[in-house]
Amino acid sequence: MNLESLIPVLLLLPMGGFLITAAIGRRLHKQAHWIPVLAILAVWVLAMLLVINVLTGTAPLLAGSETHGYAFAWFTWIPAGDFVVNVGFVVDPLTACLLIVVTTIGLLVHVYSIGYMSHDASYWRFFAYLNLFMFSMLLLVLADSWLVVFVAWELVGLSSYLLIGFWFRKRSAALAAKKAFIVNRVGDLGFILGIMAIFVNTGTLDIRDSIHILTSPTLAAFPIPLWITALLIFTGAMGKSAQFPLHVWLPDAMEGPTPVSALIHAATMVNAGVYLVARANPLFAAVPSTMVVVAAIGIFTAILAASIAMTQTDIKRVLAYSTLSQLGYMFAALGVGAWTAAIFHLMTHGFFKGLLFLGSGSVIHSVHEEQDMRKMGGLAKKIPITYATMLIGSLAIAGIPPLAGFFSKDEILGESFKLGFLWVWAIGFVVAGLTAFYMFRLMGLTFWGEFRGPKAIWDKIHESPWVMTVPLILLAIPSIGLGMALGLPFGSSTLSGWLEPIFRQADTLMGRAAEPFALFGIDGALIILSVAVAAAGIAVAWRLFGTNLLGLRIKGRPETVTAMSARAPFLYRASLNKWWFDDLNHLLFMVIGGRIAYAAWWFDREVVDGTVNAIGRGTVSSGRGLRRIQTGRVQNYALGIAIGLIVMAGSYLVLAGR
Amino acid sequence: MSDSLDAYLVLAGILFAIGSFGFLARRNAISMLMSVELMLNATNLAIIAFGAFIPSLGAQGSVIALMVMAVAAGEVTVGLAIVIAIYRNKRTPLVDEYDEMRR
Amino acid sequence: MDLGTFPILSTITFLPLAGAVAVAVLPSRWARPVALGFALAAWVVSLLLLVSYLPNNPGFQYTVALDWITVFGIQYKLGADGLSVALVVLTTTVSWISILASFKPIQTRIKEYMVSFLILEVGLIGVFLALDLFLFYIFWEIVLVPMYLIIGIWGGANRIYATIKFVLYTLVGSLLMLVAILATAFAYQATTHTWVGAFDFVTLRDFASNGGFSSALEIGAFLAFFLAFAIKVPMFPFHTWLPDAHTEAPTAGSVMLAAIMLKLGAYGFIRFAVPLFPDAARTFAPAIIVLSLIAIIYGAIVALVQPDLKRLVAYSSVSHMGFVTLGVFVFTQQGVQGAILQMINHGLITGALFLLVGVVYERTHDRTIAKMGGLAAKMPVYVAIFGFFIFASGGLPGLSGFVGEFLTLLGTFEFNPVTAAVASFVTILSAGYLLYMFGRVAFGEVSDFLKALGDHLEDITPIEILTLAPLGALVVVFGIQPGLLLDLFHGTVADTLTAANAGAAIDIAPQIVIGGLGLLTVGVVARVMYVLMAPRRVASQLPVPADSGAAQ
Repeated sequence: MNLESLIPVLLLLPMGGFLITAAIGRRLHKQAHWIPVLAILAVWVLAMLLVINVLTGTAPLLAGSETHGYAFAWFTWIPAGDFVVNVGFVVDPLTACLLIVVTTIGLLVHVYSIGYMSHDASYWRFFAYLNLFMFSMLLLVLADSWLVVFVAWELVGLSSYLLIGFWFRKRSAALAAKKAFIVNRVGDLGFILGIMAIFVNTGTLDIRDSIHILTSPTLAAFPIPLWITALLIFTGAMGKSAQFPLHVWLPDAMEGPTPVSALIHAATMVNAGVYLVARANPLFAAVPSTMVVVAAIGIFTAILAASIAMTQTDIKRVLAYSTLSQLGYMFAALGVGAWTAAIFHLMTHGFFKGLLFLGSGSVIHSVHEEQDMRKMGGLAKKIPITYATMLIGSLAIAGIPPLAGFFSKDEILGESFKLGFLWVWAIGFVVAGLTAFYMFRLMGLTFWGEFRGPKAIWDKIHESPWVMTVPLILLAIPSIGLGMALGLPFGSSTLSGWLEPIFRQADTLMGRAAEPFALFGIDGALIILSVAVAAAGIAVAWRLFGTNLLGLRIKGRPETVTAMSARAPFLYRASLNKWWFDDLNHLLFMVIGGRIAYAAWWFDREVVDGTVNAIGRGTVSSGRGLRRIQTGRVQNYALGIAIGLIVMAGSYLVLAGR
Repeated sequence: MSDSLDAYLVLAGILFAIGSFGFLARRNAISMLMSVELMLNATNLAIIAFGAFIPSLGAQGSVIALMVMAVAAGEVTVGLAIVIAIYRNKRTPLVDEYDEMRR
Repeated sequence: MDLGTFPILSTITFLPLAGAVAVAVLPSRWARPVALGFALAAWVVSLLLLVSYLPNNPGFQYTVALDWITVFGIQYKLGADGLSVALVVLTTTVSWISILASFKPIQTRIKEYMVSFLILEVGLIGVFLALDLFLFYIFWEIVLVPMYLIIGIWGGANRIYATIKFVLYTLVGSLLMLVAILATAFAYQATTHTWVGAFDFVTLRDFASNGGFSSALEIGAFLAFFLAFAIKVPMFPFHTWLPDAHTEAPTAGSVMLAAIMLKLGAYGFIRFAVPLFPDAARTFAPAIIVLSLIAIIYGAIVALVQPDLKRLVAYSSVSHMGFVTLGVFVFTQQGVQGAILQMINHGLITGALFLLVGVVYERTHDRTIAKMGGLAAKMPVYVAIFGFFIFASGGLPGLSGFVGEFLTLLGTFEFNPVTAAVASFVTILSAGYLLYMFGRVAFGEVSDFLKALGDHLEDITPIEILTLAPLGALVVVFGIQPGLLLDLFHGTVADTLTAANAGAAIDIAPQIVIGGLGLLTVGVVARVMYVLMAPRRVASQLPVPADSGAAQ
């Protein structure tokens, strides 16, 4: 059997799961999870089959390229004259890397949700939506046409909308869902215009063909300049991956159930932007100035979000800002041209952030849906498995060797330094310290010290069921080992071997040659520096918020925290209020936008419609005015006749007399 | 001057002016009808004068005048009947009160 | 399939008329099933037309031509091309759906209602099939009468105002069109010295493409046609009859209005205005493009703050129909294709949205968005269907709305990227108003108003689902396989483009600048006037519907 023909099955399974569960899930009650979970399990198996074949190079070469992979043409979607969109799929190493993350975490989140959502009345609806999301996400990474990617782009947006607003009774959840969708639409607007620009420039929407035409040096003049095209595509990426200034939707999206936050808003959907830019890499590489924009926005988002994460008290919001910050890292990596590092971080981050979110879900579950860390503390004793796995996740994100985050983050920082983007490195370096700090602040507030919530809850805290802890453990394994597996040996890592054919053209366009890795030179020094800053961040967090790790007992110092925040009131308030972006948006779009809309409506009623009504009224009132002449008295009419006669005769005489 | 057309026309004009003044100024319906008669006869006078003074018209002027008289007779009959009918309803001969047609 | 000499077009057109006669003579308790039966029969025959239509053959098919007023060469002439076929099928489909949807809401004068409805159908189908300008005009005017009655008799509280406004407004345009039709006929007669073919569309089109009309006549006649069609579409600034008519019309009336009647104008542009007066069409294209842009953006902005469900959907229609006129007048292949797709999709989706609003209205007798809330808990199936059509209307890819919108935008982009950028801005606004409406109606706690209704608030009934199911199915099918529709149209599209000498560049930049400045001026003036009038409005309207994260 051809492995290519498996690709549509990857999509049909979750779509079928969605349709069946949507149709009959209500009647399945607590058994509703079977069809969706089994569908995703099958997807995982099939995807792994494809992934292994692609990454080990046993797959055939793709037509017209030196990349191994599978391609499958399905059907013609839009046949509109010379504009034709075909639905086709391709699994190349880049897609394979994404498939690993999407299917593995997708499967684990499905399993986890069996436990997490078990008390929810709309159990079936949740699983139906999850399958819809998996369908959309798989379509996104598999599609080989820009417009089909856009379709998936919107569909993940839809699933995200449905899942954020899953608890629709909560007004805040419904509003967060709407906000996410609309902010994403802003990015999508850029994306769709970028797609049109690509079509106008190249006459095709096939991703590989169009990029080939766009970057071939023989065709210099395009109707739409290449840098505009690249930046429009990047706008789409900014929306989906929540980069400044379109980052505002992601923290609010935490209104959704926690498995959703783990799957969509940490591990998969938000990576779509990174994937898109990586997919279009030659396009950006052909215009280096656009890459600087990408790097700048990425690194700015990284530090902005890290600064906000330091003071948030909602456990999920800390993680959400952390996600923003890490996504910023990835874009910074893409911007400096460290393509592989970006995908590397995407993969490791997917696993450890998925782990952290699921862990936070377990925490929230155990303390009866409390998300405020100020009402937690000392949970390590009560929920040991959650604690241990989250500790692994935190160490991984903080960049402590040899866990996964260390390798990927270090590669980003090292590459930025070596490629001459010192400012990216410097900011990234600071962010690394902040990351370690806020993660261990979270750990300290949640797991160490004394419990600060009601006694009644403390007594009832218990570890989550196995369907929830097993996924945590399974995610902890790659959080520890994925970095070593993919990132070694330094300088020519496994992952770069996989992805080299994808990024070869971009590197050639930018005129870059692989530099030797110097463990005992510049690279070693950078590694030591970044580990040091992470350790420093952890140390500060321990000093302020306490710890109880491996016999090391430090008590938190809340009074010092208060004093410090009082000493820098502006910075503290800025961080706490998320640099007032939500307020700014509220002012711009709700207040001012609303005024404009009301003004337009008023204009419509009073001016446009007013004119119409005025014409109507004018006709009526002139009729009413003319009616006065109609007195009904014979003599008045006769007088009119007489006058008319005189005027006519008179004028005849006058005119004839001339 | 008696053999000049102008004299007859002036007389007809004066009669017509008196008749139209009467029609416009009198409020009594009967008087108005009488004024109408006056105007009609003024016109008749003019027509007959034309008939007498312009040979090519032959007897046509007289014929038209006879027609006008017949029509006038009919008109007066109907008019008087209407006036009387309204008078019976409204108990007044004054046309100011007759504004039913306005409604 | 070969139909031989069977007069299928006349059959489709006059089957509903036979239905109207039957309903009129039979007792009124039979009115509902008989009307539905005839509407279904017309639907079946139209499907027969659809399958037997040969999209690859050029020109008009199943043409019938009978002499009518021979002195002036006026004929009874019907004919169908892909566009007509698609619109006729849309009409017959939506007609039986609307009739079925009126079974419960309409309880008074049911016989008269059904007669009006069936005559309305006759007029609509006739407009789409007529190939004689005089006949076209007659069908065009026939449509007005039943709609006037439907809104005026079975409408809401302010129905008289709405229906008179609707009829007079539309008449203003169509009477000018009649003058233009006569003018072209006389011009034709003056040149060729024969009345034969003076009202025949095909003859006139060929005459026009050979430069038969003087440019003064072209411009005058085009403007007259433009006014008639622009009012019907409706284009900014001739749109204000629409929100009133929609709000006051009964549910099925709104559905017919949105799904079919708005298409009359767009159809008129594509079928008559552009091919008959190509030079004038090109001359005025920039202005029409600017008006379309204004309609797209402005309609969406106004929709954002509508307090009434129907009014919101009505303004969204203004915005969506702006895409149609935009697509037609950019004169690119994708633009025209997108415009036609958008016509069909708008018919399906907005028709469904009005049906859905009707479902709520039927239960609550209210359409105020502020009074709604939490329906997802009370009417889950309804909310699922509502959500489906909301996203379809918002242009979610995979559903039909997206393809038309995208093709239109792409065609516009080829014509001028900035224009496309401005138009595509609406995707954000449409998400805004649609999700605002959906969120307010479906999400949150069940509102007190709805709680008070208690059990009266039953979920959507099977009959109501039956009315929505065909529309939903078509939305999905055309979303995944738009080729089914596009294949029907390539003849029409090619004709339109040939007529308009597509390919020659039109310089739009100055018009955009002028239009933009105009909008800005209008906005500033509106703002100033708004501020001046503000004191007495504050209490009733401000603050804005604070549907933001911070406010709740």
